[in-house]
Amino acid sequence: MRRSRVAVAQIAPILGDVEKNLALHEKAAREAISQSVNLLVFPELSLTGYFLKDQVTSVALTEHAPALDVLRNLSHRVAMVVGFVEEAPGHRFHNAAAYLEGGEIRHIHRKVYLPTYGIFDEQRYLAAGAQVQAFDTALGRMAILICEDLWHPATAGIAAWDGAEIILCPSASPGRGLGQAEPFQNASTWERVIRAYGDLFTCFVVYANRVGYEDGACFWGGSEVVGPTGQALAKARYLEEEFLVVEVEGGALRRARVANPLLRDERLELTLQEVQRILRARGGDPG
Amino acid sequence: MVDLRLNCDTVRRVLTGFIDNEVRKAGFERVVVGLSGGVDSSLSAFLAAEALGPQNVWGILMPYRTSNPESATHATLVVEALDIHNLTVDITPMVDAYFATFTDADNVRRGNKMARERMTILFDHSARLGGLVLGTSNKTELLLGYGTLYGDMASAVNPLGDLYKTQVRQLALHLKVPTVIVEKQPSADLWAGQTDEAELGFTYKEVDRVLYLLVDQRYEVADLIADGFDERFVRAVYHKVQASQYKRRLPVIAKVSSRTIDRDFRYPRDWGR
Repeated sequence: MRRSRVAVAQIAPILGDVEKNLALHEKAAREAISQSVNLLVFPELSLTGYFLKDQVTSVALTEHAPALDVLRNLSHRVAMVVGFVEEAPGHRFHNAAAYLEGGEIRHIHRKVYLPTYGIFDEQRYLAAGAQVQAFDTALGRMAILICEDLWHPATAGIAAWDGAEIILCPSASPGRGLGQAEPFQNASTWERVIRAYGDLFTCFVVYANRVGYEDGACFWGGSEVVGPTGQALAKARYLEEEFLVVEVEGGALRRARVANPLLRDERLELTLQEVQRILRARGGDPG
Repeated sequence: MVDLRLNCDTVRRVLTGFIDNEVRKAGFERVVVGLSGGVDSSLSAFLAAEALGPQNVWGILMPYRTSNPESATHATLVVEALDIHNLTVDITPMVDAYFATFTDADNVRRGNKMARERMTILFDHSARLGGLVLGTSNKTELLLGYGTLYGDMASAVNPLGDLYKTQVRQLALHLKVPTVIVEKQPSADLWAGQTDEAELGFTYKEVDRVLYLLVDQRYEVADLIADGFDERFVRAVYHKVQASQYKRRLPVIAKVSSRTIDRDFRYPRDWGR
């Protein structure tokens, strides 16, 4: 992978207002260009806001939507990961994130795990994605996993086994659980999870969380970039907007994989065999 | 098992951010808050003054002739500590005029009437001053239904509704709400000598533990009894929460159309904001 400057735009998208959010994206992209950033990652649903409910269908865009032209054009100068509601063929609406580079969308990840419990209601409004795939970019091989996707560790495993050097994680995580943990109990769990993934899968993890309030829920920010030995290389503040920039380089990845050749020793055929056995034993019961 | 301690610095940031965000999103800069002299309304006022600046907070005192004089004294302590605008509206004439016709009304009816009288004054001053009505109900009283529907439960934005009473006290001390207010016996002050805990039949400390386990930690009633909690107490608390569910919801609508408000017509409250 290439030595790159990676940025996270820890912004507060405006709920349901694609036009204003496009302006926020354009501003952040120009900031990224001025700081010679190679890759700029926005949070989950950064073009629309998160708790959309019945607005989902009104803010959705197809991947060819002219509204995205301004970002396509800017991606000649800085690659970007942008969150949006994608209206796919057949009028299926996905919580999606697009990788834009060189004037075009290179990859779209559709969130595969839609949380529908507690404060979340995504399956009511959205269709689940059906694939987790790494993809090549000018900067290296990457995979996108959106927020809840990462709470199912198999997705991070698939990304790493598929060759991802950087896992990009757009997120819209509302703070939950008061106590002594800063700033919320779920925030400290997130931090443990993404650092463990960096360590276990010897890859970079870019966690881009948003800030701001929607219907009284507070998104906690705290975006971070984790290195391939699990250490946080850079960390944004909690609860405030920030433009976080950090340099990542292939040498660190190589050294981590030399020291901990976990991916070399991975036994996918064993995993597949046991997963198939478990599925057979369940006999179609999701278990 | 039960840890109701708060990371007060963070909660303070979240709640002041919430007030600032929700008030401005709605197109306002000011709030109007009824000051009772108790810890809840005092804390709401402290948070609002920090979020919006004291020049944007109006504290309104609304005594009735039987109110404990200490209530107004304590509310005035808050006004002075924060240097916020304040106004006193005596509700005695309106309340007494009404009950001159209904002389047999009991304490509950009188108390509810007073709470609703205060609500109409707050919402009138919301229009008069161009400020949102700031709520003061905490999670304990909302869950127990210990409040007057369309009275003290009415507001536009409520920063305290997810904090138990014992947590309100912690945060109030952290924000330096006068200790005489934080430490006094909580009272709705609807009649002489009334205290919340005497009326409810248990202390906030006791009930907050049970509510936290039932609501936040998803314990079943049977789990609590198995863990040694007094069965009658737990069942009484559960019943209060269940019986007051209607107070926490919009009025139920008879469904006849294909898309009914709040059933299958679902938009965020922050829709378009």
